[in-house]
Amino acid sequence: MFRKILSLCLAVMMVAGLALAASGCTSGAGTGTADKDFKLGVILLHDESSTYDKNFIVAVEEAQKALGLSNSQVILKKGIPEGNECYEAAKDLVAEGCKVIFADSFGHEDYMIKAAKEFKDVQFCHATGTKAHTEKLDNYHNAFASIYEGRYLAGIAAGLKLKAMMEADSTIVPKIGYVGAFTYAEVISGYSSFYLGVKEIVPEVTMDVQFTGSWYDETLERNAANALINGGCVLISQHADSMGAPSACEDKGVPNVSYNGSTASTCPNTFIVSSRIDWAPYVKYICEQTMNGKKIDTDWTGTIGTGSVKLTELGSKAPAEGTQAIIDQYKAELVAGTRHVFDTSKFTVGGQNLTSYMADVDTDAAYTPDTEVVKDGYFHESEFRSAPYFDLKIDGITRLNENFG
Amino acid sequence: MKQRKHNEQAHEPLVHITKNAAMPFWKSSLIRVAAVVLAFLFCSLLAAVLINAKPVEFLQEFLKGNFGTNPMSANLRIWNLVKDTAILLCIALAVTPAFRMRFWNIGAEGQVLVSALASAAVVFYFGKYFDNVSSGWLLLLMLIASIAAGMIWAIIPAIFKALWNTNETLFTLMMNYVATFFVAYCLVKWTPDGSSVLGELKAGYLPRVGHDYLLLVLIILITTVFMFVYLYYSKHGYEISVVGESQRTACYIGINVKKVIVRTMALSGALCGLTGFLLVSALDHSVTTTSVGGRGFTAIIVSWLAKFNPFLMIISAFLLVFLSKGASQLATTFRVSFAFPDIVTGIVIFFVIGCEFFIRYKVHFRFARKRAGAREAAGAAAGTQGAPGELPAEAEGKAAVIPDKGGKLK
Repeated sequence: MFRKILSLCLAVMMVAGLALAASGCTSGAGTGTADKDFKLGVILLHDESSTYDKNFIVAVEEAQKALGLSNSQVILKKGIPEGNECYEAAKDLVAEGCKVIFADSFGHEDYMIKAAKEFKDVQFCHATGTKAHTEKLDNYHNAFASIYEGRYLAGIAAGLKLKAMMEADSTIVPKIGYVGAFTYAEVISGYSSFYLGVKEIVPEVTMDVQFTGSWYDETLERNAANALINGGCVLISQHADSMGAPSACEDKGVPNVSYNGSTASTCPNTFIVSSRIDWAPYVKYICEQTMNGKKIDTDWTGTIGTGSVKLTELGSKAPAEGTQAIIDQYKAELVAGTRHVFDTSKFTVGGQNLTSYMADVDTDAAYTPDTEVVKDGYFHESEFRSAPYFDLKIDGITRLNENFG
Repeated sequence: MKQRKHNEQAHEPLVHITKNAAMPFWKSSLIRVAAVVLAFLFCSLLAAVLINAKPVEFLQEFLKGNFGTNPMSANLRIWNLVKDTAILLCIALAVTPAFRMRFWNIGAEGQVLVSALASAAVVFYFGKYFDNVSSGWLLLLMLIASIAAGMIWAIIPAIFKALWNTNETLFTLMMNYVATFFVAYCLVKWTPDGSSVLGELKAGYLPRVGHDYLLLVLIILITTVFMFVYLYYSKHGYEISVVGESQRTACYIGINVKKVIVRTMALSGALCGLTGFLLVSALDHSVTTTSVGGRGFTAIIVSWLAKFNPFLMIISAFLLVFLSKGASQLATTFRVSFAFPDIVTGIVIFFVIGCEFFIRYKVHFRFARKRAGAREAAGAAAGTQGAPGELPAEAEGKAAVIPDKGGKLK
């Protein structure tokens, strides 16, 4: 027994020795041009098992391909919690030679700022954050996308469907439902724009919103969707990450507008369309700016025009006739700037048209409203900072509950 | 089968197992080292099959992940390795006294989490009254709050155990969930924007001595020495061992078992409190539902692997941190899911715990016996059962199946 173990140990030590020798060899080699030295580091909250992070991973891979970077030039750090680990991961990426570091989760922000203050010659970019425009660091940047434009267009598709349903059956009451995660600006801005899209086609429509208090809870989302359907909603959309709401709709044969990607394969009969943020243009942008020694915008808002906000292919069965053409027409108007989603003539708050609204754009502990965001006849969402701040209760939408977490 | 003759050979099973007499330390250590080595070989084989990593690359990535690729990353990663080992060790030290008493406290995760919450709460509410970010008074207040919170979380199940003999494993496990949701609740209260992200607090920073993590590591080293002395050379430590061996014996020699249970759990809770304080004051300066990140459960394995010896725990904690860092680097380089490090850690733990079987028991094969002769066979068959002072093998299995990650909440 002893002899066997001894020989095993010796064998392993030899393998280890070999490995050490090999690693010594490789670290000596490798010199190249300036572009070959470029490295991008990405910090992700989870891994590809989360739809949220997967959306970023897919985008990074797409950008990597477009820029012709090798795998060793793009380092993905997965499963980094929103704490000191994020700061450590950022430092580690700096040590690995990354010139740009990108983090994907809201809670990473403070730790990214901390790293940005320490490493002035490295660019730090953060998706969904709110502090770049107040921190005023040259190397720290926020980014978001005007997803409300995508939701508005998805709302147009939903409106066309609703109109077709009403024409087919005159007893249908135009009431739709929305399953939201939390009662805060990102979600409120999303469902309000969706509702305004539907309203554009069916002016008398009303909407119920049910919050689940979780970004990912299949059971809660399914139950919320079922409750809305039982409450008389004839069309459902959602802003949460699981398949709960779409699959509940498929079971009950209720048309559904999805988010974060197509659900056509699991819900072939009820899927209308889905909107999502495509981060690839941003990742490409930050890499190119850094490689060329140019500045990155402090607050970058991807739009439907930059290709950051996307609609999926329409479903094969549920959408109304001619939907694509009408969506394209609205999309062209949004891109041209002749149409605004939050046009103040298109909605009321407490029966009144909006003429002025102070939003909390500069994040502070007391959440004081600080910026006038209504001018030229529309609410300027995602312009004063990239993250959404539209949090009004517009008429026609009923919040069945509220859930802040 | 039924027609088999009733002779000695037919009764002899192909394999049979007997209890091993005490094995010399060098021999058992060698088996353990061999188990780790075997596990590594197995993992490298798995990596070769699953992610197409050559065994050489496997080892390379493991070393890179822990010791860095260039001077700057070496400095960062080695300090991280030391710091993470220290934190895991600190939680393992916390669960150990209760384990020596055979009180199966699996609530370290929750105890550390509420302590971290308590420290964060102190900074959140009182931080603004202190000008200095490293104010000694504020730090003291945080430490007291953390230790108190950890103790309360540990004493509740201990009292129920002492008075009504409730199942401490279930109770402490449930307390973890209570802690997680308590943190979630406070975060909602503290962040009116609804994001539940507290962000980095601006006060209550442990002073920097030499290096960001040096003071933290020193505090934990001192705690390790203290725990070793407490467990092996103090009256309390002796009482804990006696209660662990037999509560009836403890009663007979006049030890107040209830008092020992509550007192020991209070100590466990206090040490968890210290860890929570260190997490907030030295590292995160914030709290989230995943601040402890499953380390409260991993610490149980650390403690078990080291046979509840504080100094050996340095080795087992190092092993687990080394594994997770190495495998993470492998997962990063080869762009595979973050489940891979968990798989590697799981395999190594499986091998290490599995090898205990070969230390405690002897396996006899029929064909081997034939050669060895009848005399030895008779001796082995009469092997003793359950030597006193030995820990039951099934209890070790229990520690092994405890989930690695605690409440996974977004």
